[in-house]
Amino acid sequence: MDTTQYTIKQISVFSENKPGRLAAIAGALQAEKINILAFSIAEANGFGVVRALVDKPEAAYEKLNAMGFMVSFTDVIAVKMRDVPGGLFEMASILSEAEINIEYSYAYSGREAAVLILRVDRVDAAVEQILARGGTLLSADEFS
Amino acid sequence: MKYWNMEMENLKGDALHALQAKRLRWTVKQAGNVAFYRRMLQEAGVRPEDIKTVDDVQKLPFTRKTDLQGGYPFGFFAVPMKEVVRIHTTSGTTGKPTVVGYTRQDLDNWSELIARNLTMIGLSDEDVFQNAVNYGLFTGGLGFHYGAEKVGMTVVPSATGNTRRQIEMIDDFGVTALHCTPSYAMHIAEVAEKAGTTLPTLKTGIFGAEPWSDNMRRVLEGKLGVTAYDSYGMSEMYGPGAAFECPERNGLHIWHDMYLAEIIDPKTGEVLEPGERGELVVTPLVKEAMPLLRYRTGDITMFLEEECPCGRGMKIARLHGRSDDMLVIRGINVFPSQIEHVLRSVPEVGDEFLVYVDRVNHLDEMTIEVEMNRSAFSGELEDLTRTQNRVVAALKDALNLRTRVQLVEPDSLPRYEGKAERVIDRRGDVL
Ligand SMILES: [Zn+2]
Repeated sequence: MDTTQYTIKQISVFSENKPGRLAAIAGALQAEKINILAFSIAEANGFGVVRALVDKPEAAYEKLNAMGFMVSFTDVIAVKMRDVPGGLFEMASILSEAEINIEYSYAYSGREAAVLILRVDRVDAAVEQILARGGTLLSADEFS
Repeated sequence: MKYWNMEMENLKGDALHALQAKRLRWTVKQAGNVAFYRRMLQEAGVRPEDIKTVDDVQKLPFTRKTDLQGGYPFGFFAVPMKEVVRIHTTSGTTGKPTVVGYTRQDLDNWSELIARNLTMIGLSDEDVFQNAVNYGLFTGGLGFHYGAEKVGMTVVPSATGNTRRQIEMIDDFGVTALHCTPSYAMHIAEVAEKAGTTLPTLKTGIFGAEPWSDNMRRVLEGKLGVTAYDSYGMSEMYGPGAAFECPERNGLHIWHDMYLAEIIDPKTGEVLEPGERGELVVTPLVKEAMPLLRYRTGDITMFLEEECPCGRGMKIARLHGRSDDMLVIRGINVFPSQIEHVLRSVPEVGDEFLVYVDRVNHLDEMTIEVEMNRSAFSGELEDLTRTQNRVVAALKDALNLRTRVQLVEPDSLPRYEGKAERVIDRRGDVL
């Protein structure tokens, strides 16, 4: 099946742990009228990666790259969470039964329901499994 | 194989030793015009006529950099000022600079050396030579300038700065040979890449004034499309060109008719054999304005044991760095060039780095900031951590030291046009 419509381009930006880097990233995107829909920061020893879902990923990439930032695209998927107890467990089970690893995840407050952004090691398989088991994925169009 | 001065370059055996002994005797006599040396020779009980063979050099005491600084400004001149036609100074990062004087004959000797070097690596009056080093008091500029003119090359005295213009000149003037510091060469390569030129006319790179690794040679040769040669010298020895790589590029020929070189154990002063690494000690044999006796260069190298296929004389190994550049971290000697070498073996990081040395709780801590390689960024934190750990492990392997490594953004560290300043030692602040 064609999984591309469910593959969402997250931008990942390298950032040194020093004051003002996040502000510089956010400010640059704002200046280009790019909306940040969700973001998370992963930190390690002295540096971090800022991960963001934006409405215009290509434009964000170009802008940040031109400013000297190291940027790359990362494919993620967005799962609409069912508003029932155990929703998260159910999702995790679907993936673990299919031996798909979740590398990281973060939340996005969608219009109607909570949305979980997932970075998995096998995107195509994850899309197929989730859809086959009755899950709901947001398509890339819904972010633009 | 081309020679500028075949007789001198290939001089061997007794003929060489006889010439060296004669010139050494003359140098000791010339040094007698300097009050410092008159006293030193008296105390050592050595007169010029006591110098009968080259080995008699060992009767002479050493001269140190601090001795020269004590003579500031003209205390080591052995000729009247009216015979001094030019002055250069050392960079003088610590204390007073050393002032070096040149007679007209000294300048001739120096450009002769440069002419030998350039001819040795196959350059001729057909070549266009861009001299992208600091002119002025730094010896690299004028030294190479006059040597290249002596060969008859078309000299472009571009000096440093305005790198885009440097690149335009290389392309517009059809420059075939470039002389600069290795760090500036790297910067030129980066800017040329961005400007979209491969510098097609360039074929020869001459890099010196700071230590550079064989790894860096490969990188520079790849990026600039040149064959790169190492040049060695210091102001006290006229300037660059005292020793130079021949086309074999396995060690530098030190010009034996103009310099008597020894390698000593820097701690005991004992003279070492070929193949043993130690401090280079030089007695210039033809310097008129400022003769020096057994000058301790602070540079660590060794004589290579094997004869060079090119037929020229004694070679020294490429230098790992000056003892001035050497850092002592928790009792371990570290040269910035070693760090550079390690970083170049890790493709995920770039070419630029900065070393900070601090003292934390009476312990030396070395932190190395290295730029990431833009194309190696996957977007994953784990990959970055893996790279960081790889660099730490590689440094531990090479230096036997634990270091902290910080990954920084590409193009965020300072770039240098002259000698790169890669070490910030902050231990003095708390001592
Ligand atoms: Zn040779």
